[in-house]
Amino acid sequence: MSSRALRQPLSLRLTSNIFLAFWCLVAAFPIVWIAIMSVKSPVDAYDSNALNVIFGPATLATGNGLSVLDIIVGIAVIWGAAMVVTKVLPAKIKEYTSPGQEWFGWVVGVLVALIAFLLVFFVVLPAVLNVLNPLFGPLGRDVLGMTTEHYKTVWVDRGFSNNFKNSLIVTAGVVTVSLTVGTLAGYGLARSGSTLAFWILLIALIFRALPHSVLVAGYLPVFINSAEWLAPILGENAPTLYGKPFAVIAVLVAINQPFTIWMLRSFFQNIPAELDEAARVDGCNHFQAFRRVIMPVMWPGVITTGLFSFLLAYNDFLVTSLLLDAQNQTMVPAIAGMFNRETTTTDQVVAVAAAVSIIAPLFFLVMIFQRQIVSGLTAGAVKG
Amino acid sequence: MNFRTFAAFVGPSVFMMLLFIAFPLVSVFKQSFYITQPVYETVEVETCTPGFLTQTCVIEQKSQPKLDEHGEVITQTEYVGLQSYRNVLEPERAWRAITEGNWSVLSTINFWKALRFTLTFTLITLPLVIGFGLGIAVLINNAARSIRGPVIFISLLPFIITPVIGALSINWLFRGDGILTALLEWWLNRDIALFAQAWTIEILMMFYRVWHVAPFAAVVFYAGLQTVNQDSLESAVIDGATRWQRMKYIVIPHLMPLIIFVSMIHLMDAYRVFEEIVGFSSQAYVISLQWLTFDFLVPDQAGNRSISRASASAMLTMIGIVLLLILPLRRTWRDHKGGH
Repeated sequence: MSSRALRQPLSLRLTSNIFLAFWCLVAAFPIVWIAIMSVKSPVDAYDSNALNVIFGPATLATGNGLSVLDIIVGIAVIWGAAMVVTKVLPAKIKEYTSPGQEWFGWVVGVLVALIAFLLVFFVVLPAVLNVLNPLFGPLGRDVLGMTTEHYKTVWVDRGFSNNFKNSLIVTAGVVTVSLTVGTLAGYGLARSGSTLAFWILLIALIFRALPHSVLVAGYLPVFINSAEWLAPILGENAPTLYGKPFAVIAVLVAINQPFTIWMLRSFFQNIPAELDEAARVDGCNHFQAFRRVIMPVMWPGVITTGLFSFLLAYNDFLVTSLLLDAQNQTMVPAIAGMFNRETTTTDQVVAVAAAVSIIAPLFFLVMIFQRQIVSGLTAGAVKG
Repeated sequence: MNFRTFAAFVGPSVFMMLLFIAFPLVSVFKQSFYITQPVYETVEVETCTPGFLTQTCVIEQKSQPKLDEHGEVITQTEYVGLQSYRNVLEPERAWRAITEGNWSVLSTINFWKALRFTLTFTLITLPLVIGFGLGIAVLINNAARSIRGPVIFISLLPFIITPVIGALSINWLFRGDGILTALLEWWLNRDIALFAQAWTIEILMMFYRVWHVAPFAAVVFYAGLQTVNQDSLESAVIDGATRWQRMKYIVIPHLMPLIIFVSMIHLMDAYRVFEEIVGFSSQAYVISLQWLTFDFLVPDQAGNRSISRASASAMLTMIGIVLLLILPLRRTWRDHKGGH
């Protein structure tokens, strides 16, 4: 607090911080807990004693566990990886790429770092620790029950990697298309004060409120019969749109469009109009002005909007579960099938592992893009 | 910017919205008055079983779908007027239940049951989200600058994770002898089954929704708190205003536009409540309007989707959206007119 008059008494600060800590506990607990459950044997995961769930004696009894040494080395490796990614990687990328091509360097760099980390953490580390553990006596004895077998079941036996691939296709498609279309529209709407622009925005607001099931009720009969009514145009090879990822991408892009154009419009409004006016004075038309002047400065807003498009496509259950067939199913509907059908506790824990697999990428997303997400949440609000 | 350039920029987006939002809306509206079903024909089937000396033959009247020359079921579409709406609303039964004051009968009709839950859910979570959001924002604002970043990170987690998974994760804490149910049982010293009746499931769903949306409200309000005029706060202190009065007369009025914004977003989203039903697998006890439409669209055991009933329930859901949006749209309209 800047001013003495506004300084708060100690008791108030203490209470405030205690409540804040309590909120953090409430916010994180369900997520942390399912992450813990997913690495325990079913007996431990459903134990009513919280300590048994955390330390996992039954998991330990089956010979799966971590020693103190494992934990220390593991944390050290994670910390080292974080240091490398935050400190060394940006410098290396700057060194090896020419200006303007940095994004490519980032893609390659992040991929290499990710693969290297996975290799070290899951292949090299277990092998080294297997040798080291017997040498360290009590430090090398397993104390914490932990098993990755449920993840193996999910990803290998249940074919979750296929669902992952489908999720990847759908989200990548949605983000690319909706940003391309939305950026143009957002720019146009921000620079035009016409009544037409106002009506487009207003109707987009109404569209944003529509329940998605209403729209899907409209698509389903059309998509299922699409081979019939597309035949006059496309001839014999007319596709059935039902079950195809590209149809779902188109649908999700459209559903996402109202939100995207509102958000990008507010970002473009923050870019001073004098910029493109100057470019126009220099002889650019609107498209050249957009490409040469606006595009270089629009990325923060576009990245933020892209994050929210990603979340919409990645988190969607309703549209993907109704419009995709079993073969092209994405992760979220797939897990719904998993926990509804299964009954044994092993299957339950497998479903938990699948759930954790789905939210793990989101966790990293928040970690990397926290500032963009916060700015995106507030950007819409400030404009009202 | 002249019209042609504007059209070139906005065109693709508008085209997509027309094709995938406006057109489906029109077609849903149309579908709700028609019904498509297989054409049935009645055939006499003679089934004979070998018996002693003679066969025993039974002739049955059987109704089966007509097939065309490719062996596919022939369907026909006919205009049925408001029949689908009647199927969804069951007005006679509902009216009888209302006049007799028999609410339990009313709640056996899926649509009214869903409407009841959707409305209570929306109206109860709204003040909770605003209240908790404001509370968390004030707490974060009070905290030391160095811990604000990590706290916001943790707060964002419930908001960012997949809604179905979020609902599931809370479900797993309480389901059966989940860890929190065990804790409650130990504390209250009695047996608790949270998933055996509707109202406990509803409380869990509302808890989930508040947990999920309060961070969003908190981040928005926190951003608003940064712009509160420190001088007016200070002069309020000098005038002898208590903390509560400062909150009520300076901070809350300053945040009012944001509170309205968050309420609007929350009303729109809570009215579409759906993921909770899936995550808590509560369809036997509690359903929502959007889930009702979803359920009509999912193929039944015979593989048929009741498209026309889904359309009717979708159109009925739309009425609620229109009512919800009238006020904010009027406000936007007035702002727009005022701005020019």
